[in-house]
Amino acid sequence: MAIPTPPLAISVAQLRKSFGEQVVLDGINLFVEEGTIFSLLGPNGAGKTTVVKILSTLLAPDDGVATVGGHDVVREPDAVRGAIGVTGQFSAVDPFLNAEENLRLMARLWHLSRADGRRRVAELREQFDLGDTFAKPALTYSGGMRRKLDLAMTLVGSPRIIFLDEPTTGLDPRSRRTMWQIVRDLVAGGVTVFLTTQYLEEADQLADRIAVLDKGRLVAEGTAEELKRLVPGGHIVLRFATVADLDRAARVFAGEGTRDDDELTLQIPGDGSVQALQALLGRLNSASVTAQSLSIHTPDLDDVFLAFTDQARLERMVRG
Amino acid sequence: MSTLPYAVSDSVTLLGRNLKHILRYPTTAVAVVGIPVIFLLLFVYVFGGALGVAASGAAHGNYVNYVVPGLVAMTTATGAVGTSTSVSVDMTEGIVTRFRTMAIFRPAFLIARVVASMLQTLVSIALVIGVALLMGFRPTGSAAGWLGAIGILALISFALTWLAVAFGLTAKTLDAASNAPFPLILLPMIGSGIVPTDSMAPGVRQFAEYQPFTPVIETVRGLLMDTPVGSNWIIAVGWCLVITVAGYLWSVRAFNRDRASQGGGMAQVGAAAG
Repeated sequence: MAIPTPPLAISVAQLRKSFGEQVVLDGINLFVEEGTIFSLLGPNGAGKTTVVKILSTLLAPDDGVATVGGHDVVREPDAVRGAIGVTGQFSAVDPFLNAEENLRLMARLWHLSRADGRRRVAELREQFDLGDTFAKPALTYSGGMRRKLDLAMTLVGSPRIIFLDEPTTGLDPRSRRTMWQIVRDLVAGGVTVFLTTQYLEEADQLADRIAVLDKGRLVAEGTAEELKRLVPGGHIVLRFATVADLDRAARVFAGEGTRDDDELTLQIPGDGSVQALQALLGRLNSASVTAQSLSIHTPDLDDVFLAFTDQARLERMVRG
Repeated sequence: MSTLPYAVSDSVTLLGRNLKHILRYPTTAVAVVGIPVIFLLLFVYVFGGALGVAASGAAHGNYVNYVVPGLVAMTTATGAVGTSTSVSVDMTEGIVTRFRTMAIFRPAFLIARVVASMLQTLVSIALVIGVALLMGFRPTGSAAGWLGAIGILALISFALTWLAVAFGLTAKTLDAASNAPFPLILLPMIGSGIVPTDSMAPGVRQFAEYQPFTPVIETVRGLLMDTPVGSNWIIAVGWCLVITVAGYLWSVRAFNRDRASQGGGMAQVGAAAG
């Protein structure tokens, strides 16, 4: 296996963690290059949060090595903590303090000078559009507002590596897009982002590389494009009015299509390009078969996700 | 990289946060002072006439002098309830998890909590004594007696604060955290706080004589009223040291352990969320 050459922000080898009998991480390997967005994608219970907890020094691994910002998470936790910022699933703001006090608290705990702290708080207030609610206690904020403050607090010390554990879960679509833009801006500034999500669209939109975690194991890894290529998701679905039409079409595409007699459909692999469609319709025409309707399905990360998480589950069933 | 150089600044920063909470949301602070004051009013103005004779063998006017040390001791216990509750609220909010991911002097969180709670309890004791003075409490102790009494009260507050921090850190819910130290509020009554122990039924009496609040109350009473303290102060200091060490060790252990590695409820929450 080739060892990646660009500088690594995060590297993880053979990471294992169990809670009692329950194996949560079963030997995870991953590398994250500096200045990129890495997305860990997986269903609930896959172990995503456990990975973030270990990498952010909240939890000790049972086995394996993890380095963050060049420091071992077990042996040099304070050095790791000095390099990272973490925004978890659950709001980590002080609800009894207002936005300004929360940010100032972070500035002091990051040991910024008074002047630097003041400047940074003002910058973040501007960047995150926190002006309106600056003086009200955080417990009065909406979910999206709290999440914005939460992320702003994570950024006070300008950490080089940021962990975002399901940063948009529970947010409305508008707040989600705002959050995405913030993440893109961060990476443009050279920051490394480690993002967990159960939303495929989010990983597709943001991530340079995606790893699919299922039941404590990485079942696929690559760019969004690479992953999409791994699954045979692209196909064209022809729907017919009668079984007779379906029979005739099935004969035309013998060996190529998959028929569904209940739905009266024939599913034919294809990428949905204009040429492919023209060829397909041409063959139908010359056999004088009329399709009632046609739909094109291009592969997306949903296919990847379902294919890999199901496959992994199947393997386990077979083994177990 | 070490966080030790930031020990003082981190502790002061977090202390500032705690004091801001107390001043801005004073419900807890009001309860810490309010409960002993209500008991003070009850015991002096409602039960005092009947209890006074039994307690001090004197007329009603002197009973307030007898009962104040007991209610001052109760204030250290209501302070513990406040501490346990505040710690539990902190633990249920994500902010403490955030602190754990930052390069902060680790013990600062506990130090700030204990200092804030001590300040809250001592100010509350001063307020309770203030109310008592308005009700006719007339201590006759010397300046040295006052200093001694303040010292012993500071020691018991310190001890109960550490115990309460441990309660707050280990409680699974906020309700559990506020209920755990609650029996401490009753202990001064099953001691020499309200009536002398020799008037109690056998069994209860032995418990009352040997539980930690009784020597504390007797010491404070002796120092404030200028009566003999005897060996009570030594027993009181001993109890405070034992409770402090136990509470401290329990708290530190609870704070440093991986909450999610306990295999209990947290592990399942962590796994389900992840």
